[in-house]
Order: sequence, then structure tokens, then C-alpha cells
Amino acid sequence: MASNIRYPYKGQGDQGFDVFAGAHAPDALVGLYRAMLRIRLIEEEIERRYHQDQMKTPIHLVIGQEAAAVGCCSALRLSDLVYSSHRTHGAYLAKGGDLKMMLSEMHCRINGCVGSRGGSMHLIDKAVGMAGTSAIVGGVVPIAVGAALAIQMKREDRVVVVFIGDATTEEGVMAESLNFSALKKVPIVFFCENNFYSVQSPLATRQPARDIRAWAESHRMPALSVDGVNVLAVRDTVSKAVAHARAGRGPTFIEVPVYRFRAHGGAGDDSKTGYRDVAERAAWEAVDPLLLFRQFLARTAQLTDASVMHMEAEIASEIAGAFEHALASPNPTEADLYRHVYAD
Amino acid sequence: MPWDEGLVNSLVYDKPDPSEGRVVSYVQAVNEALALALDSDPEVFVLGQGVDDPTAMFGTTKGLQSKFGSHRVFDTPLSEEAMMGVSAGAAMNGMRPVYMHNRPDFVLLAFNQLVTHAAKFHFMDNGQTTVPMVVWAAIGRGWGSGAQHSQAIHGMLLGVPGLKIVMPSTPYDAKGLLLSAILDNNPVCLFEHRWLMKKDGVVPEGFYRVPIGKGIYRRRGGDVTIVGASHAIELGMQAATQLAGEGIEADVIDLRTVKPIDEQIVLESLHNTGRLVVVDTAWMKGGLCAEIGCLAAEKGFPDLKAPVVRIGLPDVPAPAGFTLEQFYYPDAARIASAVRGLVRS
Repeated sequence: MASNIRYPYKGQGDQGFDVFAGAHAPDALVGLYRAMLRIRLIEEEIERRYHQDQMKTPIHLVIGQEAAAVGCCSALRLSDLVYSSHRTHGAYLAKGGDLKMMLSEMHCRINGCVGSRGGSMHLIDKAVGMAGTSAIVGGVVPIAVGAALAIQMKREDRVVVVFIGDATTEEGVMAESLNFSALKKVPIVFFCENNFYSVQSPLATRQPARDIRAWAESHRMPALSVDGVNVLAVRDTVSKAVAHARAGRGPTFIEVPVYRFRAHGGAGDDSKTGYRDVAERAAWEAVDPLLLFRQFLARTAQLTDASVMHMEAEIASEIAGAFEHALASPNPTEADLYRHVYAD
Repeated sequence: MPWDEGLVNSLVYDKPDPSEGRVVSYVQAVNEALALALDSDPEVFVLGQGVDDPTAMFGTTKGLQSKFGSHRVFDTPLSEEAMMGVSAGAAMNGMRPVYMHNRPDFVLLAFNQLVTHAAKFHFMDNGQTTVPMVVWAAIGRGWGSGAQHSQAIHGMLLGVPGLKIVMPSTPYDAKGLLLSAILDNNPVCLFEHRWLMKKDGVVPEGFYRVPIGKGIYRRRGGDVTIVGASHAIELGMQAATQLAGEGIEADVIDLRTVKPIDEQIVLESLHNTGRLVVVDTAWMKGGLCAEIGCLAAEKGFPDLKAPVVRIGLPDVPAPAGFTLEQFYYPDAARIASAVRGLVRS
């Protein structure tokens, strides 16, 4: 079975938390767990309801990748900016994006976060710094660099994080953006969630056996790699990169190996179609970021089953309310179609 | 010196009348607009390959870096897509970039960012973000520019919602339209024509704007309407002057902006003349000629006394060689001949 695992987990499992845990108050640790749990439960509810066809939007679930989004965004300030690829749910929620507006958007309602012009690939909430997305792989990267350039030119104390994936490193514009950001030392972090597959194309059919981190480093910027199932490790690494950027020392690239437990798009997993082995997913599910962190928090007596159950109930109630809100929200009118093509 | 300088220097234009005001070169007019914008607004910055080199983008950016600093006027890597995206991202975050290319052909490398990102963000995020940026490029022609250095690409962009496209034909407009483009809160493509760059004109000192989306009559006459923009207006005016000697009087409409098109001025003139010749620096098919022709068919049909005539480039890439170019590009004689055919039919 192990031979079918093309992309094995290489981290330290729940042993990887100890080195970082001392730096955080117990409440903060539980808060990080809760943030991941909230994303997981939201995603599962979206997935459960998707077949009802009330959410007429493609979905790209982040189930399995919650530690990356939460670890990263927990290292940011509200005023910092996040840009993202099409897989937006995690970054949007972790950055503090409004759940009701997200679900209204996914239900194509006028009070969606972008007024039903975006759908799930374009979850934007500028009030919390969720600044922009693109459904074209790599498309958002230079825009994020431009945002960082604007911050630098205006001497603002902010940084930009751009969420990208392994396939983004195959786009020419990615290399162009690394080059320019290193040249100008703009305050940006390239946060590369390497989940090994672009839709159903494995990394090995798209890239030679190169080291993505080393490739980025060749653009003369610090490039780090961090265990993407370890929320504390991600947070720690992003914090360092953000401090580097805030100090005016320029960009950092971070490679974050993660695994998506679901298909590229839509509900459910599609491993059985054969592009990846079910055993590979099962091996990564054994190191589910929520499971591992919960094991660690239980082992260190910071989280009980009862408190998790309480959290789940609270979150479930919030989610139910948000779906109810979305379903009760008005649809756009024809006149709405013609708004905001041009700015005044 | 750019390799086509000899050709551009050899062009002869009518001299403006100094009694009408201060006369400056086309290049100087562009340079003044950039300097005024940089001076009055700290959000404006200018980037592009060679904007700080000795030739200074045909002279249009001369002296700007020394006056405003290398953080506001800077050279770029040869990364057209990324730099277009960087411009959009900066524009979305409070800046007003002017991204300059010495040929529109290079803008094609950045269509993903221009068409799919910059032009759509304001719509896609429900108006939360504006993208006030200018993409400037000078259409080449002649001296071997050929298929890859002389493309006029505005036709390809006419169908892109969210973009504006301006194409000046005079030094006055080059300054006033560029200032309007920089102050506009949308992505604006400003396509210059290399052949206009040695033209002099009356240009006021200081700040003024030429409105985007409004055309202007360059000449009034009741027999035929000649519509175009940019260098096509130069040809159209030459043709109209020839025709006047033969007793044929033409309206010449300079659209100034090709997206959005000032439909009203075209339809008004067509109502008076009943005959329409559309002239463009680009291909006839699927571009400005086609769009204006369609406008006449849809909204001006009762006024048409004769079929619309399109004068632009054939469905052929630009050749590099001098002789082939003579067959390729339309000139004033061809416009005049088309008008004669229309009026006498």
C-alpha cells in the first residue's frame, strides 16, 4: 500500500507542536484550534448542502488545509492584506471574512460579499484585508506584488500575503513576480500551499523533481519550508517572514506541503477516479491537522472532549444561522448587473 | 536614437500658427502631462522599460526621473505580465501608475492582467476597488517595424468591458487626454502613434483636460463623414483638403476616445451627410471600422445614402519591407478616392 503513496507526509506529526507551544497562552492555542474547527465545519456544511443546487457556484474546499490558512492569517494584523487564488474559503475565513456575506455570495444573493459577481472563487472582504482573488492560476500574484509596492511607496506599516499553490510556480508570471519583488524589496510573503495536484495533474507530470523552495530562493529572497499540518509551525514561520517584510527587508517565499482531502472542485473526494491513490489520502488523513492539534492539546491538558463538543455546538449554530440568512436574502435585480462596470 | 527616428523625422506636417498660442512638439506635450501629474499627485508614478534611459521613451519621459526620483519614475524588468499586474495591484491600493510601452505589441504579453484582471476587478468586487491606471504605448509603422512591432491592438480591446481606450491625434489632445486618463478611476489604454510624434501644435501651459468619451469635429462639410482617431485623422484631413479643391466637403470626426465611442457625434454627422467613411490605423475586421460601421447600420440606417466604406488594414500581418508597406497602409489618396466613389454614386 505504501508504494502507492506518491506524496507522503514528511512532518513530525503531533510531536511537532511542542517546540512552538511554549510561546502561546493556552487560550490562544485553543483559539487556533477553534478557528480551524470552524473552517472545517463550514466546509462540511457547504459540502453537505452542495447537491441541493442552491449554491450555484463552483466550490474548492479547503478540508485538510485548515492549518495553513489559520496558521498564516493568525500571524497577520487586520490591516495586512491577503490575496488568494481560486481556493479562497480558508484564507477568507481565517482573515476574518464575514461568514454571512460569504454564504450569501455562494447563494448568488445581492448581499453577498461581492454582490453575486464573484461566487466562491472571489470571496473578498476589504474591511478585514481580504483584498482580492483570481481564478486564473498565478493571476493574483503580480497584483499582490503591486499592492506591496503601493504599501512601500506610501510608507505604510502593512504587509501582503499571497496564497498560491504548487502549480502557480509553473506560471511565467510567478517567476516575474519573484524577480520584481526581490528587486524592489517589497513587503510580501508568497505562501505556497503545495498540495501536489493541480486539478488531477500530479506534480510529477508538471515539474521535474525540483525543490520548489530552492527554486524560489534562487531569486535572492529567503525561502522556507514548513509542515502545513502544524498550525503552530505555520504561524511561527509566517511570523518570521512578516517581521522580515515589516522591517523593510523584502519578500519571503514559504513552501507549505498540505493535502486536500477532497476533489479539486465540488463535493466529495475523487481519488477513486485513479489520478491519486485512496491510500495516499488515507495516509494524510491520519495526520489531519485538526486531529493532530487536538491530540496535542489533549495530551497537554488544554482541551477536553467536552470543550470541543461545546465549540462544535456553538459553531454549528452560527453556521445554521448564516445559511438561514443567506437563503432569506434577496436576489439581485437586472439593474444590478450594470453597476460597477466603470468607476465614476 | 531609436531606429525609426529617421523615418519619423522625414515626415512633414503643417506648421501651427503661433498667433494661436504656445507651440510645442507632440513629445513635449506628453512630457508636460506626465510632469504635471507627477508634480500634483504623489500617487502617480511612471514605469516601463527604458523610461529612464537616454532615449526616454521617444523623449516623453525625459528629465522626469531626475526631477521626481527613481522611486516614482523607474525602469522595469522585461516582465510585461507581471508589471501589468503590479500596476493593477498598486492602482487597487491607492496609486495611479502610468505603465509605458514603446509598442502596443508588448501589451499583448500582458493581456491576462489587462483584460482578465485590471479591467474586471471593479466589477468583480462589486465596486469596492477602483483600478486607476494608464497603459501607454506608441503604435509603430514603417522602417521595417513589420508584423511584430507595428500592431495597433485597440480593435482587440473594444469588446472588453471595464476598459477605456483613448487615441490622440494632436499635441493638444496628447496632453489633455493623458491628464484625463491619469485622473480617470478606470484602467485607460492610451495608444499614441509613432508618426505623430514629430508633429507640433498649440498646447496651453499648465493643467487642462480633454474629456474621455467625446469626439470632436476637425472639419465641417455636408457631403461625407470621415471618422477615425489618432494618425487616421492626419490622413483624413489630408484627404478632406484634396477633396475640398474638387468641391466635395467632408466632416472629419476625431473620436479621440475609441472606447467608449461617442456615438452621438457620428450619428449627428451621418444625419447631415448620409455617407460614412471609417478610417483606422488597425485592421478593418472586428475593430473600430467594424464597430462604427455597425453603429451606422443599427442606429443610422435611415440616413445612409450609400454603403459604409471601411479604410484600414487588410486581413494581413504588417510586412517589414518598404515596398510591401506601400501596398499595405492606406493613405490620403485612398481615402479621397473612396469618398469620390461614394459622393458620385
